[in-house]
Amino acid sequence: MTVLVDGNTKILCQGFTGEAGMFHSKNSLAYGTKLVAGVTPGKGGQTLEGVPVYDTVREAKQQSGATVSMIYVPAAFTADAICEAVDAEMDLVVVITEGIPVADMAFVKDFMKGTKTRLIGPNCPGIITPVTDKSGCKIGIMPAYIHRPGKVGIVSRSGTLTYEAVFQVTNNGMGQSTCIGIGGDPIKGLDFIDCLKLFQDDKDTEGIIMIGEIGGTAEEEACEFLKQHMKKPVVGFIAGATAPPGKRMGHAGAIISGGKGTAKDKKSAMQRAGVHVCDTPSILGATMKKVLGK
Amino acid sequence: MNIHEYQAKQLLAKFGVPVSKGIACKTTDEVGKAFTDLGVPLGVVKVQIHAGGRGKAGGVKLVRSADEARKVAESLLGKAIVTHQTGPEGRVVKTLYVEAGSDIDREMYLAIVMDRAAQAPVIIAAKEGGVDIEELAQHRPEAIARHRVHPVKGVQGFQLRALCKHLGLAGEQAKAGGKLISGLVQAFMALDCSLAEVNPLIVTKQGEVKALDAKMSFDDNALFRHKDVQELRDVNEEDPKEVEAKKFDLNYIALTGNIACLVNGAGLAMATMDVIQLKGGMPANFLDVGGGATKTQVTNAFKILLSDKNVKGILVNIFGGIMKCDTIAEGVIAAAKEVKLGIPLVVRLEGTNVELGRKLLQESGLNIQAASSLDDAAEKIVRAIKA
Repeated sequence: MTVLVDGNTKILCQGFTGEAGMFHSKNSLAYGTKLVAGVTPGKGGQTLEGVPVYDTVREAKQQSGATVSMIYVPAAFTADAICEAVDAEMDLVVVITEGIPVADMAFVKDFMKGTKTRLIGPNCPGIITPVTDKSGCKIGIMPAYIHRPGKVGIVSRSGTLTYEAVFQVTNNGMGQSTCIGIGGDPIKGLDFIDCLKLFQDDKDTEGIIMIGEIGGTAEEEACEFLKQHMKKPVVGFIAGATAPPGKRMGHAGAIISGGKGTAKDKKSAMQRAGVHVCDTPSILGATMKKVLGK
Repeated sequence: MNIHEYQAKQLLAKFGVPVSKGIACKTTDEVGKAFTDLGVPLGVVKVQIHAGGRGKAGGVKLVRSADEARKVAESLLGKAIVTHQTGPEGRVVKTLYVEAGSDIDREMYLAIVMDRAAQAPVIIAAKEGGVDIEELAQHRPEAIARHRVHPVKGVQGFQLRALCKHLGLAGEQAKAGGKLISGLVQAFMALDCSLAEVNPLIVTKQGEVKALDAKMSFDDNALFRHKDVQELRDVNEEDPKEVEAKKFDLNYIALTGNIACLVNGAGLAMATMDVIQLKGGMPANFLDVGGGATKTQVTNAFKILLSDKNVKGILVNIFGGIMKCDTIAEGVIAAAKEVKLGIPLVVRLEGTNVELGRKLLQESGLNIQAASSLDDAAEKIVRAIKA
């Protein structure tokens, strides 16, 4: 088993016929991902790249058997698209779109209460489970070729920094079980703690890389869980040690406010929880290799 | 995005939040006339800058005649005000707000923030006003009332009653207070605010409850649906390099060091700054060129980086991902040629076609050092600017 998605997972894409949706859907298909349906309101009935297009998520799910939705819908309409996927009872919704108003996400989280759907993102690279050296389940915008199947689980708030970690794990002769980019927004779906629990319970994951950044207290809360329950080695990095307070560093959620959310606090929380903390992301792969004794 | 106090008060007044009469002015004469037009015995002249601590810095003055108002205006307009939030260079005053003075009985604190832990707006209130709320939160957390606002339905009656009780408002004042808080919440939700702060909220000797100061910040991601709010933007309050960067969809923040960096992805950009410092240098900026950096973007980014006179060297760190490294290398070379780059440039490329990308850099005839990792890149640029 791997985490959340595997080689058999069937996915559909909302915003399939749009520029970003089509570009990244083609990449997912090229990687062997079982992308079985596209959804664009008003464009149902066509077939593009061998994938049938439907007007609604519910219809697409019924016809294709997809259990996961990936969303590339423009920011102004994303909240609506997520709610449609939740209403259609998808197991997992992965939102790549960035720039969604925070109030929209507050509404979405409220709408999701009491439903079974899990959410990843928004503003994230997505989730990938490599199955072979050249194929797997790729739901998102990450470059597929840097991944190899293996035993390292990766969870991160940042996109390119995740690729950095993945690439080093691969170059050090290891591979990844599943990589989850949880995204850089202040109100989002799965957080560190949820992903760490999944990796803890996954028998195919032997070690975990956790990449945080300034802002909020999600890393600190995750560290409480790690201290109490984690039995697998965790290697960590926090970006933003040099970021000045009160400035939003790209991600809407990456801001030090009210003296909270500093890299220093997060690193010491990690150290107290027994995480192998790296001062530079350049040594994430080598550190994991050493920790796993490989 | 932030706006000025007078703009925030104009917006809040539309939502039923009581504020004093006031007139925004750009010249000394306008200030004198504004005092006369207000027709009040006591006026307040307040500098309009996007920074707190204006009172302590001498940016808020009481005036009792048009003449006095004019004199105060002369001493403030065009001068830099330095507060704990402006940095040592301060902020030049271009606008003054002339307001009717208030007979203050007592001051309180009221704010709404978009709270990530609550995943909703949260109202924060304290009986003590004019305070540093963060300090109060640290030393006497029980003095602060917090109420989560439902993200769709807004503030509820019981919350307004509890908040007024906490603020010590009773009878008619509680009614007025409840209406004010409700108006503030409505403004916050209708305009996609990230912060709406009234500090202080006051009770006057006549028993009125009103906002003596107001600060509003807006969610940049939601500005597309608030054209009226967009128009309130004052670019004079922003770093000109940051304003320029926004035009090209670049995410740039000026810092105080001398090594400029150009990176794709916010997390990697922060990490690049961190590693520069770890290797003994100081970053001059944060710059995220986004997932798909184009040649024009890279060229414009170089121009912005070089407009910072402190910059002694540039570090480019790109994890290509889906983009091809040779394309990025071509962009960097073209940009370096176009701006006639005269300072050290270290480039770290990773991703598809990386060998081809490195070869292009080497054969460009430009003074570009290629680096194999982020650590290597940071070491090289720190060494290069010291040479």
